[in-house]
Amino acid sequence: MPLPETDPGRQFRLELRGISKSYPAVRANDRIDLTVAPGEIHAVVGENGAGKSTLMKIIYGMVRPDAGDVLWNGRETQISSPAEAQRLGIGMVFQHFALFDTLTVAENIALALPEKLPLKAVAARIVEVASRYGLPVDPGRHIYTMSVGERQRVEIIRSLLQKPGLLIMDEPTSVLTPQAVDTLFVTLRELAADGCSILYISHKLDEIRALCERATILRGGKVTGVCDPRRESSNAMARMMIGADIQAISSARTVSAGSERLAIHNLSLPASDPFGTTLSDISLSIRGGEVLGIAGVSGNGQQELLAALSGETMFADPQVITIDGKPAANLDPRQRRAIGLSSVPEDRLGRGAIPSLPLSENALLTNGGPDSVRGGFIRLDKVKAFAERCIAEFGVRGGTADSPAGSLSGGNLQKFIVGREILQAPGVLVVAQPTWGVDIGAAIAIRQAILDLRAKGAAVLVISEELDELFEIADRIAVIASGRLSPSVPRGRFDRDAIGLAMSGQFAAASNRSEASRVHSV
Amino acid sequence: MSIRFELRAQPSRTMVWLSPIIAITLTCCVAMVIFALAGLEPVSALATFIFSPLADLYSVGELLIKAAPLVLIAVGLAVGFRAGVWNVGGEGQLILGVIFGGFIALTFGPTGGVWVLPVMVVGGAIGGAIWAGIPAFLRTHFNASEILTSLMLNYVAQLWLSYLIFGPWRDPAGFNFPQSAPLAPSALFPTLIDGTRANASILIALVAVGLGWALMSKSFVGFQLKVTGLSEGAAKYAGFSAKRAVWIGMLAGGVAAGIAGVGEIAGPLGQIFPTASPGYGYAAIIVAFLGRLNPIGILFSGLLMSLLYLSGDVAQMSLGLPSSITGLFQGTLLFFLLTADVLIHYRLRATSAAGAPKGAANGL
Repeated sequence: MPLPETDPGRQFRLELRGISKSYPAVRANDRIDLTVAPGEIHAVVGENGAGKSTLMKIIYGMVRPDAGDVLWNGRETQISSPAEAQRLGIGMVFQHFALFDTLTVAENIALALPEKLPLKAVAARIVEVASRYGLPVDPGRHIYTMSVGERQRVEIIRSLLQKPGLLIMDEPTSVLTPQAVDTLFVTLRELAADGCSILYISHKLDEIRALCERATILRGGKVTGVCDPRRESSNAMARMMIGADIQAISSARTVSAGSERLAIHNLSLPASDPFGTTLSDISLSIRGGEVLGIAGVSGNGQQELLAALSGETMFADPQVITIDGKPAANLDPRQRRAIGLSSVPEDRLGRGAIPSLPLSENALLTNGGPDSVRGGFIRLDKVKAFAERCIAEFGVRGGTADSPAGSLSGGNLQKFIVGREILQAPGVLVVAQPTWGVDIGAAIAIRQAILDLRAKGAAVLVISEELDELFEIADRIAVIASGRLSPSVPRGRFDRDAIGLAMSGQFAAASNRSEASRVHSV
Repeated sequence: MSIRFELRAQPSRTMVWLSPIIAITLTCCVAMVIFALAGLEPVSALATFIFSPLADLYSVGELLIKAAPLVLIAVGLAVGFRAGVWNVGGEGQLILGVIFGGFIALTFGPTGGVWVLPVMVVGGAIGGAIWAGIPAFLRTHFNASEILTSLMLNYVAQLWLSYLIFGPWRDPAGFNFPQSAPLAPSALFPTLIDGTRANASILIALVAVGLGWALMSKSFVGFQLKVTGLSEGAAKYAGFSAKRAVWIGMLAGGVAAGIAGVGEIAGPLGQIFPTASPGYGYAAIIVAFLGRLNPIGILFSGLLMSLLYLSGDVAQMSLGLPSSITGLFQGTLLFFLLTADVLIHYRLRATSAAGAPKGAANGL
């Protein structure tokens, strides 16, 4: 099939010419050209910080470009606001949904419609669109009762009701189970067949190769390539994305597991707020030299479990959590750190680090032991030396010990935070979303650091939404869904479909499948 | 061509210290306009306003004696402000210091020895701490906003003091004036500089600056308080207790204000009046922010605010203006400071009408 850009008689739905946008510290978009034909599914690929979000915000009218032209159906257009973009027929589904939890589907959608319609009419239109594209949704349901995948469906229907000519999807699969991803792709293909163009933002190359006809690859704010992803290898695209070959991580897989270092015994915890998740009867055990991965769609109890482990949530019964056999559930985070448990939160800025403070003081955040503090006073030279060690040993670039944490890129800050915890030689490390929003190079370095720590005999718990990451580094994988933890599956019996089923809460079905596949493979 | 604000890549360290200078300059401009409107020659009136309180040694002594409580309270409040604990009850805590210290002075002063004054200081500190402890307790147990509770307790404290002075503590030999009996010499701070009223309470303020600096810049507790103030999430993750920060923050302000209260009755006043404080507890809030919540900065801003109090008297005596001009200039100063603080995080950038930036940003 010829690429659309080689066909001169065809008019583009959207064309960008020489779009540039600068922020104080960075040139986010540098003379970007992009064309999308009607009915085309077009991927915009790039690492975090490559300029994808800025470009989408320009198309959706949230940001004005410094220079360049936007052509909509061949006509030059100034898109000055999201309302204007919607009027033109541009819809956007955001990575973080903008829905009111306490309202119903129909109420949420009615709020977004430009004209005032009675709720019944809105509901009728929802059902009509939903059935046409195979997006089953009950208009009368409240948002808070819905899974993340269902909420995304609501967002998509909301955009579709405006009859868009272009739908922008921003990292749509990061919150979905593998099965839900397949369903989404079917819907997107049907939409495209109806003539709606789709701009698909992602950094997951396998998905792009499965779904998209064309891909524009961004690096450092510039277009580094346009290709047909179905014909390129993932490696070739990755090279355009990061400008270098991807290194493989080396794992000495044969660390023999030692004695139990972290254990949870029948942990139950009622949700502290109405939209939180109740943890019920969670038990697990990790030995030294072992990485346990916890998979799951976000919002299924990961945050609550992390807080219970790090010590932000404490328990009356000390025996619920044991660290190296010592009862620890009644200890606060500093006391747990003192007996060897470190944690890395998923939220880098505002939890793992404070953006306005220099790296040296951020190093002190969790490293307040006798090395850094004597007689109640901070030993500035030691603290600074420790920060410099984190920077040197973990390849943190773009900052010194005196740079504010907020001035670093996400990947470099994450390397610093992980380094800060690992350099304190914890016996147990609990990490949440270690590589979320991090560039590929940093992600590899962080995974390598986790495996190196494992090789030294530490027990590591990794909570991640990225299944591929867990497949790469975990020795066992358990799944958390609705606050319950499935039994763990050892490496070698990892099965993407079974884990996907478990992620939607169907533990029994998942274990049946896994049994079946085992029998099958034998 | 238009001018708009643009977020800086990182907060400007220069502007942190330049902003108070801009605020002071702009306040002087407003002062000159007001002088001109009042029919005075603006420049010479401003010069009188600023320099006449510094004309002689006695006046310098007055400057120091007024700056001392402002600096002392502001340092105490800054400990809390840095931790995100908004103690606006300095005035009430000061009055409790007056009541506790006053009780000790009136009861033991006439018969006691040199120990009376130190006991008064400790008593005043305890009084201020108790008054600050009430909002701290309400905040940590019921999540009640300490801004409201500490503010309301100011009025309660004021009424308590009035009751005591109009009732049990009224000086029988005072011709029915609302005032206590004069305090005994053992209950007074010794004078530091002959020929002035500058007394040893100034040394307490200097010690507070030193302690505050060590606590905030050098100690791990100070770091924990700072983290708590900057980011609740990070403090929780690190295991720094938010409740502990509330207690430390409130009590630091309460102890400082309580001691400042003792400094008032055991200093220039030498007697307890219902109006023991000319609003030091409130003015100290301005002093704390003007000094960037930094004890060294507070030392200077305290002197400046003290100058404003004295200049108010000058305005009344030599310029024929009402003394409320002090409050007006204090407010103006705070207003300009908060305005100029925007430039710490933002810079001004000239843009053409089309929205495209024109050249690099200039100095600000």
